[in-house]
Amino acid sequence: MASITLKDVAHSYRGESQNPADFALKKLNLTWRDGGAYALLGPSGCGKTTLLNIISGLLIPTRGQVLFKDQDVTRLPTEQRNIAQIFQFPVIYDTMTVFENLAFPLKNRGRTSKEIEPRVIELAKMLGLEKDLYGKAQHLTADAKQKISLGRGLIRKSVNAILFDEPLTVIDPQLKWQLRSQLKFLHKKFKFTMIYVTHDQTEALTFADEVIVMYGGAIVQIGTPEALFERPEHTFVGYFIGSPGMNILPCALKGNKAMIDGIEISLNQSYTPPSTGKIELGIRPEHLRLEEPGRDGLPVKVLKIDDIGRHKIARVALNTCQLNVIMPEMTTLTGDMGTLVIDTDHANIYLDEHLVTGETL
Amino acid sequence: MRLKWLVPVIYIFFLLLPIYWLVNMSLKTNEEILSVFSLWPQNLTFDNYRVIFTDKSWYSGYINSMIYVSINVVISVTFALPAAYAFSRYSFVGDKHLFFWLLTNRMAPPAVFALPFFQLYSSIGLFDSHIAVALAHCLFNLPLAVWILEGFMSGIPKEIDETAFVDGYSWPRFFVKIFIPNIASGIGVTAFFCFMFSWVELLLARTLTSVNAKPISAIMTRTVSASGLDWGVLAAAGALTILPGALVIWFVRNHIAKGFALGRV
Amino acid sequence: MIAKQVNQKAWFMVLPVFLIVAFSAVIPLMTVVNYSVQDTFGNNVFFWVGFDWFRDLIHSERFHQAFLRQLLFSGIILAIEVPLGIAIALTMPKKGWGVPLCLVNMALPLLIPWNVVGTIWQIFGRVDIGLLGHTLAALGIDYNYTQDPIAAWLTVIVMDIWHWTSLVVLLCYAGLCSIPDAYYQAARIDGASRWAIFRYIQLPKMHRVLLIAILLRFMDSFMIYTEPFVVTGGGPGNSTTFLSIDLVKLAIGQFDLGNAAAMSLVYFLIILLCSWIFYTVMSNVGEESSPKGGA
Repeated sequence: MASITLKDVAHSYRGESQNPADFALKKLNLTWRDGGAYALLGPSGCGKTTLLNIISGLLIPTRGQVLFKDQDVTRLPTEQRNIAQIFQFPVIYDTMTVFENLAFPLKNRGRTSKEIEPRVIELAKMLGLEKDLYGKAQHLTADAKQKISLGRGLIRKSVNAILFDEPLTVIDPQLKWQLRSQLKFLHKKFKFTMIYVTHDQTEALTFADEVIVMYGGAIVQIGTPEALFERPEHTFVGYFIGSPGMNILPCALKGNKAMIDGIEISLNQSYTPPSTGKIELGIRPEHLRLEEPGRDGLPVKVLKIDDIGRHKIARVALNTCQLNVIMPEMTTLTGDMGTLVIDTDHANIYLDEHLVTGETL
Repeated sequence: MRLKWLVPVIYIFFLLLPIYWLVNMSLKTNEEILSVFSLWPQNLTFDNYRVIFTDKSWYSGYINSMIYVSINVVISVTFALPAAYAFSRYSFVGDKHLFFWLLTNRMAPPAVFALPFFQLYSSIGLFDSHIAVALAHCLFNLPLAVWILEGFMSGIPKEIDETAFVDGYSWPRFFVKIFIPNIASGIGVTAFFCFMFSWVELLLARTLTSVNAKPISAIMTRTVSASGLDWGVLAAAGALTILPGALVIWFVRNHIAKGFALGRV
Repeated sequence: MIAKQVNQKAWFMVLPVFLIVAFSAVIPLMTVVNYSVQDTFGNNVFFWVGFDWFRDLIHSERFHQAFLRQLLFSGIILAIEVPLGIAIALTMPKKGWGVPLCLVNMALPLLIPWNVVGTIWQIFGRVDIGLLGHTLAALGIDYNYTQDPIAAWLTVIVMDIWHWTSLVVLLCYAGLCSIPDAYYQAARIDGASRWAIFRYIQLPKMHRVLLIAILLRFMDSFMIYTEPFVVTGGGPGNSTTFLSIDLVKLAIGQFDLGNAAAMSLVYFLIILLCSWIFYTVMSNVGEESSPKGGA
């Protein structure tokens, strides 16, 4: 097992190029700690699969180096890297039994069947596959097939990292949860480095110690799930994480005052207004409160209220800006007017989509 | 594995060599063919082609072939469309047996049918007509068309039909306006295979024709059996029969792999 | 399988196809059956002979030999064309400009009229004017397909390989193209050898198309007529007289209708048996590859 370091890695599918637009993955530096659980989160086409393939060796990056511990593996072929990968669709060898599937990686590495058999049986027990061990893998359900793919990774003791490429896409929703907790358990037990690619924030947030959010071929934030929620470093993170996402409102700054559409809001930090660039204020729907009209706060017009079960989401208009507000399930509101109360502790200011910090008052 | 590309290259070379030899011969005079052995024409001549394009007994063969192949493709695709739809969407009495029976005709050896066909079409006065050959070729092309189209249609979700009916489409309008555009590539692939099998078949086409509808390939056999034959003209006629096939493949090259992927040839 | 809607009116959609094929298949077949149980002294006077023709056929040395030749021929071309086709399909490019180039060139022999295929090889193999025959003669190899049965067989077999291997290639290629990249990536991660990739990924995924290729090639080669007829005319002697050639010789050459009709029926029954096996195997494979019903 080893830590994984990416050093100035960048990749363009058209080969070396001077045009930054050619790069599907922009230059990045990153270290993954041994035994950590990481999630790579981002929309389709953000470069997360490219990054994964660079680590697994299916792609050689156009620029930069990949290090496992201190060894440069940039040009090392996949089979010598000692990693495992679970794909979006279950990859199993149709003609083999479950046992043969699990034994396949060991067999290819020339282990004797005496060595292989007890390990396969032990692993199958752990995965809950012992019942079907000698049946054809082809006839199993998608989740069992995905377990087999995982098993083929776990069967090699020395595996450096296991990479997951949206492995739960084809799994039934009620089984997703079960498979996820099993995966968490296995991670604790085997202590492999886990890199988990997904576009589903719930999956990423429940799995990972640290989440890497990617957008447009670049990493926009690395942090714990809490940090991503509380202090998104990029408006994309704010918008992408949370349901509904962060409200992002164009504004102007004046010391510790933000002007939104002519309405003044006091902040608890003071900012020096930049000379150029787009300034926006970000506030999560969870940090807004809607009260009866006439109370202390900003008068807003309520456009609609959706009841989604655990809570209600109100869509309100502050002059021309629209915001989402999360309200407790039991609140009721009469009329189509209300008062918006902002929890200014959680208001963030973004300059050209990146978070800026002011001086605390 | 570096030399992997050599295998298809050698294979294509093997495929093209006899064809090249045919074309090579077609561009030589008969004297040159018989006297000098050369890898390319020493005295390039298009006389052989000129013979074919000016002699009615030659070029009418091409026209005849084209006519009955086209009729056959049109009949096969038109009638196979509703039938394939019925097989892919509904179950009815005897459907499986009917489907199997249709398929057996795809496997029927033309040699078995040659003589009875001759008698049948003679007795109804269709002997030596284009429609006779086109109908005879339907024996294997219609089942084939039904089979290929059924494969494509089964790949179209049933919800499309249901949505259209809910939207108030009548069946014929739905079929023409919505369903056919959805399986356009399937129709293309089907037409390609119908063309192919009708174009290459000779035994039935020759048996059912004498003068008016005689296909080009049959005119060629006549020349072969004659003594002192003109090799150059024969080669030119052969080379020209390759051309329509080559053109058709070129047009469907992007769909052909899909047609084969269904495995229904 | 999603249950299909029961609708007897669907028969009306099938009816035109049914009528056309029945017209072309049933009426001629009745004629054949009719002939197979009668004899004639000409002048369209027929009399009932029962199963005599069939009895004759079953004991006919000529039929036995044609049948054996046919089996041998089909066996040989299958043994060559299938492995060759797989090998070529494996080495074909997956993307880029080479793909249409390969597809178009390889499909070309399939679209040449069968007697032209015969003509091409007849010319190609001739010692005086053919490239192949001339080259072999120049190398000092005694090759003459019009006199030597072995040379005739070799010519017919090479011609069939030339003509039909592409069908196997295209089918296998289509099967190979449908394998998702993830399978190859997983195999690399699992450290699988080139052979293991072929054995455990490519071959199982080609299973279906390969089966179709084998059955189609078997049946089509079983019906082969035009190409060998043009090249060798069934000779020298009877050495390349396959079933269809023999049948046409009987029916049209000798106008021996009773014999020919009986032979047609036996021949047709053999093909029918093959079709049935083909159909059964195909439906089973279809179900196996899609356990949940969706293809």
